[in-house]
Order: sequence, then C-alpha cells, then structure tokens
Amino acid sequence: MKTKTVLLLLLTCSPLVSTAANVVEERLQTYKTAGAKNFSAAAGQSLWNRQFEQPDGSKARACSSCHTTDLRQAGKQINTGKLIEAMSPAINPQRLTDAEKIEKWFGRNCKWTMGRECTAQEKGDFLKFIQSQ
Amino acid sequence: MNIQTTLALIMTTTLGTAGLAVADKDSYALDQWKATPKTYLNKAEHEQYLKECGSCHFAYQPGLLPAASWERIMANLSDHFGDNAELPATETTDIRNYLLNNAAGRVNSSLPKKILRDSKAQQPVMRITETPYFIRKHDEIKPKMVKDNPEVRSFSRCDACHTRAADASYNEHEVKIPGYGRWED
Repeated sequence: MKTKTVLLLLLTCSPLVSTAANVVEERLQTYKTAGAKNFSAAAGQSLWNRQFEQPDGSKARACSSCHTTDLRQAGKQINTGKLIEAMSPAINPQRLTDAEKIEKWFGRNCKWTMGRECTAQEKGDFLKFIQSQ
Repeated sequence: MNIQTTLALIMTTTLGTAGLAVADKDSYALDQWKATPKTYLNKAEHEQYLKECGSCHFAYQPGLLPAASWERIMANLSDHFGDNAELPATETTDIRNYLLNNAAGRVNSSLPKKILRDSKAQQPVMRITETPYFIRKHDEIKPKMVKDNPEVRSFSRCDACHTRAADASYNEHEVKIPGYGRWED
C-alpha cells in the first residue's frame, strides 16, 4: 500500500476514534467558550478533595468520598457499596472517552456533592486532574 | 339453539364465574393468573437500565416492585433516596417503560405475583425492602448479619448475600452471608 493511501486511511478513520485526549480537548474548548480559562490539574485536585457540608444534615461529602483520593484505585459508592472502577484513564482506558457520559456524571455528582451544577471552570479543572492521574 | 342464545348463555356463565370469584374474599380474580407462572423471576436485561441504574447499585429485577412503585421512583430521580440519579429525558422514558412493562403484576412470574398479592392493601412502597413479602422473608435475619455487618450494611444489597441475585435467583440455599457463611433455615 502506498504511503498516501495509508495516510488517507488514517485521516479518514481518526475522527471515529474517541481517545481521552481528544474528548477532553473538545470539552475544554467548549468550556472556554463559556468563559473558563487556564485549566489546572492542581485546582481540580483541591476541589476533588474538598468536603462539602450537606444541608440535610448527612455527612459532608467530597468527590473522594466515593472515588477515593487515589484515582488509580477503584472506589465504592458510599451509600450502596457498589464498586466504582478507577477514574484514571491510564488504568481504565474507558475513562474520559465519551463526552455525553462526562456531562451526565458531572450533572449528577456536582449536584449531589456540592448542591449545585459545576461551573465550566471547575469541570475543566476536574478533567485536567483526572487526565493527569 | 341459535347463535344469540348461545352467546347469551356464554356471557351468563362467564359473568357468573367472575361474580363467584370476586365474592370469595381470599381470591383476587383480577390479578391471579390461571396459568402456571412461566418463570420464578425474569433477569434484568435492559441495556440502558443495567448501565444507568446498575452503575450505582444492584440492578434490581423490575418484577420485584409493582408498577406504581416504579412510577414513583422514576418520577423523582433528582432525589433518588438522597442521591442524584438524573438522566436525560429519553433515557428516563426508555427505562421507565422497561420497568413498568416488567413490574410485579405485569409479568407471569411467581415471585412478582407473591410480592404484588402481599402488597395489595397498602400504598405503593418506594423500596423492595418495604414490601410485606420481603419483610416476612427476612424476619429471621439478625441486625448483626446485615445492618451491623460491615461487609453488608443494608438489605438493599441483594447480591451481598444472595450469590445468584444477578441471575434473578433468590433461593435460600444460595444465600451466603459475609462473615457468617451459608444460611441454614
């Protein structure tokens, strides 16, 4: 096969492959258009571990309550005990490869943990942090 | 006998039988199937249900709750037993349809029929663990085996003790309580 053909094939196929890197990049671009900038893994980590008081009097929660502070480890849903696979894309290649899934879980988990939606900035910081682990 | 007379006779007989069944207070003619149940309990097989609901908790078989209970649960996913389990509208509809079409009372399986029969008198419960059938079946289980057992913690975790729960099998001979071993009735 000629080099040109191979290149053409690669180019044709590449948009079909959703890697964590290009899904995250696409998300970050979207967040930028919403006004966010300078995404930081460190800020994401800090927010990941921050405990949020719960207005209903239940125990304070953080992302790490279920996912643990080590994203390379599996976590456990604190209410049901159900196993949550590792968040790190290096350990679990399925992570961060599906934009819809990312937004669905931000929706559920930001509201349940922080009592509100995450901002575009916070989401970008989280993605940077998760990606770096 | 002409056709009209035959029809009238059939109708009288049918109505008469139904009347008798309703009159018998131990028999609920409307929701007791004449046929032998086809299965004990159908497995949960709906792809979206297994993915969306099963990622946080054991994917309870739809036949474990009456339709009215599933309806209540699916109407309030933003406060799902204290957790946020919101879904996009289309997925909510798909999953709700699956649960309602396979709820206790809508499938010809023996366990759902028992759960429904025992639930007759009361408002639809939100939890399988609140159905009279469930309560009766678990009344010998001591708190130390489930609630105070760090490896179990809640009756909601069917598969913590029922080793074949995911296959829709709740036979007591398959029960193995973590830290206590096999359950011998």
